[in-house]
Amino acid sequence: MKVDLLPLSRVSAALAAREVSPEALLESSLERIRALDGKLHAFLRLTEGEARAAAKAASQRRERIGPLDGVPIALKDIFCMEGVETTAGSRILKGYLPPYDATVVRKLKQAGAVIVGKLNMDEFAMGSSTENSAFGPTRNPWDLERTPGGSSGGSAAAVAARMVPGTLGTDTGGSIRQPAALVGCAGMKPTYGRVSRFGVIAFASSLDQVGAFAQDVRGVALLLSAIAGHDPDDQTSSTRPVPDYAASLARGVRGLRIGVPAEYFGEGLQPEIDKAVRAGIEVLRSEGCEVKPISLPNSPHAIAAYYIVATAEASSNLARYDGVRYGHRARATQLLEMYERTRAEGFGAEVKRRIMLGTYALSAGYYDAYYLRAQKVRALIRRDFDTAFATVDAVVCPTSPTTAFRLGEKVDDPLAMYLNDIYTVPVNLAGLPGISVPCGFDNKRLPIGMQLIGKPFDEETLLRLAHAYEQRAGFAEQLPPLVEHAGR
Amino acid sequence: MPVADFEPVIGLEVHAQLLTRSKIFCGCSTSFGAPPNTQVCPVCLGLPGALPSLNRAAVEMAIKAGKAFGCRIAERSIWARKNYFYPDLPKGYQISQYELPICSGGAVPVPGLGTIGLTRIHLEEDAGKNIHAESGSQVDLNRSGVPLIEIVGEPQLRSAEEASEYLKALRLSLIYLGINDGNLEEGSFRCDANVSVRPRGTQKLGTRVELKNINSFRFVRQAIEYEIERQVKEIESGGKVLQQTRLFDNEKGVTRSMRSKEEANDYRYFPEPDLPPLLVSPEWAAKVQVPKLPHEVLDELTRSGVAQADARTIVADPRLVEVHRRVGGDPRRAALFVVGELARAVNEKEADLAALKFEPAQVAEVWKLQDAGTLSSTAAKEVLAELIRSGKPPARIVQEKGLAQVSDAGALEAVVDAVLARSVSEAEKYKAGKKNLLGFFVGQAMKELKGKGNPGALNELFKRKLGD
Ligand SMILES: [Zn+2]
Repeated sequence: MKVDLLPLSRVSAALAAREVSPEALLESSLERIRALDGKLHAFLRLTEGEARAAAKAASQRRERIGPLDGVPIALKDIFCMEGVETTAGSRILKGYLPPYDATVVRKLKQAGAVIVGKLNMDEFAMGSSTENSAFGPTRNPWDLERTPGGSSGGSAAAVAARMVPGTLGTDTGGSIRQPAALVGCAGMKPTYGRVSRFGVIAFASSLDQVGAFAQDVRGVALLLSAIAGHDPDDQTSSTRPVPDYAASLARGVRGLRIGVPAEYFGEGLQPEIDKAVRAGIEVLRSEGCEVKPISLPNSPHAIAAYYIVATAEASSNLARYDGVRYGHRARATQLLEMYERTRAEGFGAEVKRRIMLGTYALSAGYYDAYYLRAQKVRALIRRDFDTAFATVDAVVCPTSPTTAFRLGEKVDDPLAMYLNDIYTVPVNLAGLPGISVPCGFDNKRLPIGMQLIGKPFDEETLLRLAHAYEQRAGFAEQLPPLVEHAGR
Repeated sequence: MPVADFEPVIGLEVHAQLLTRSKIFCGCSTSFGAPPNTQVCPVCLGLPGALPSLNRAAVEMAIKAGKAFGCRIAERSIWARKNYFYPDLPKGYQISQYELPICSGGAVPVPGLGTIGLTRIHLEEDAGKNIHAESGSQVDLNRSGVPLIEIVGEPQLRSAEEASEYLKALRLSLIYLGINDGNLEEGSFRCDANVSVRPRGTQKLGTRVELKNINSFRFVRQAIEYEIERQVKEIESGGKVLQQTRLFDNEKGVTRSMRSKEEANDYRYFPEPDLPPLLVSPEWAAKVQVPKLPHEVLDELTRSGVAQADARTIVADPRLVEVHRRVGGDPRRAALFVVGELARAVNEKEADLAALKFEPAQVAEVWKLQDAGTLSSTAAKEVLAELIRSGKPPARIVQEKGLAQVSDAGALEAVVDAVLARSVSEAEKYKAGKKNLLGFFVGQAMKELKGKGNPGALNELFKRKLGD
């Protein structure tokens, strides 16, 4: 198999063994992007110049900085990168050039990673299909008529199509785990506060968290080790030390207790997913895990609470896009007219819908009934998890209630779209780490994802479980038809 | 009912810029007067992805104010977002405190009024500035993110005069604390007033009107007086006072409606998710030192013998307090210097309190020369005036101006003898009882000494020589 088709950790090993040079690897990555992206539209732009310079520097280094040195990586277009257009998938930021690097971008550069470009996403990370991008949807490499999920759809599709071995995304209500499930790769959202949000364009500040995609769990672990850690520029980031996640994978899973929440296997779950996830649980049992039924009784209220908290914060976070300092500015003679036209022209329908929802939820007279109540539900959901974690080490459940749906299928039904995040949203509300790993295919040969949810800052246990499962199941190695047809 | 039958109820809200070196949520400088948009970074420009990180120096200044006014310092307070659109507000929200402020309760001592209660003091960030020109409007964000405290007073003030006294006392206190420069014109100390009226003897508060844009003590009085009269007239003519925000027009001396209650902004406050709660441990609060407030310094001065009026003059300007302290010696004599020679020089623009040319301790050197008889009191005043002007060492001034008195007994005696030798008949008359001729002898001697003889010593010498 060609090196560039290998999962991230093996690409890294090949670089370490000098079986391939960073430059050659970059060229084959760019070649695959050029070959496939006309169909997929995972990328919004390439940073070829910077990437070639970084690959050259990596080749010339006598000693590797670390496991990401020379590895091609691409970024969701939500991460600010100095001098590189960053739009968050929105027309309102078209042409915007940030004057600084996000902390995670700086960390990746310092780790020697070769950043090849910026990836498509739902506008301001609001969506579950990447159809809300102002620059057109991304398609699923397993079926070009279907969505790769969202909002980090570009990040997921680029990994699944082997364009790059690793990508970064953000997850506010499932935006990493759901697309990872829909394209058949691994995707992790760490604990809130584990990774700096500085330089990450905000959607909902108390829920947003940076995470990583790779075809293999070890690759995710390598990326997470590189980007995690305290950042004085983000006061919500944790000062806890960062473990060597990849090293912890060897510890195995024997004796770990995993909880299966009844509420996550109910109505609306595609039967093939139910079956595949239950089979996945059996694999973990056979690896020596103890499986226990648990209850997370408040999870059914999660979607309602989420759409209050997330939209409230978003309505405030997106106020800065007013045409005064940067980004799109509409022609107008009066200030109010300028604001109104700029925002009317600059934002897409879903973003406007959420700004209105959030503004309403925070309004005088409604605050207690909506925002405050949602925060109470949030506390209850967190308590449910606390209770569960008194008896189990991790929770296992489906990532998404369905496999990849057709483009356009849910565009006119926001509620149906929102319900796609039913299993992922509680994790964000509780601030917990979660990972999705491929666990099979439905009868249309569309990937299925299994979600593992962990205790705060216990990413290690999740990675160990996901890795142990992946080793036995082998689904991550399957190539989507698009890549297969393009030739190995 | 005439105006006198109504009781005004006034509460002031003061925004005071804190004198930190850097802004409250980023490392940019807070200095005033730099070219527009040169003291900015992604955080205070509100660029996408930027996040606030708290400057602890600003928190310490708020603690200092809280401790000085006897507020409760919250161990845990919460940052909140105040949302509204304006070009000078780069994020579209201001980071402030709402439900749980850092300080609550407390009171400001106001001379003549006792104390005026405080509702709260909270921390927040300043906005930038809109600059309007013919070519269009522009925004300067150098001020964006400068730390502010908002000091909310209880509605305990009953006249424009009281409001003005309270404001003066509060301003002076903040200057003494070293946390604000008290500059109303540059806007580093800003005031909004809430004004209502009610029939005297009643308890129920009238409808409140908020006055904005009052940027001098004179305007505070004018605006409040105008507003009291306007509200009384409104009620008298059978109308109702409407809850609204009014802007003071300082050229016409009137207040004008800016927006009604219905048009008021809904700020949609909610807890700021980008900042953890502000935790102030009792240990941290205890470590913050609080300098003396004006009324404490006034007490000290009067207790040390300084006249009440002089003490008040000195306390009104902390720079004078500092000079008084550094002059040292007898506090009363030092006070007389400060309100006398120094004040005169400042009035005549011969000295600048912001940049004194002399070392106050040198004043004591002049006193020493005066006490030793080397300088007459007139000459001492002249030396002090020159010391203030130029800062030259007093000994050099005395020498250059030839101001030293001749007190040396031998030198004086020679002159006295010479005068007596040529004034035989006057000496006879003196001895015969015409004692007022002493002045004549001393005058003659002074003439010979070109005015530099020590008059006391000459008196004594003549008396002795003439057998008294
Ligand atoms: Zn700044």
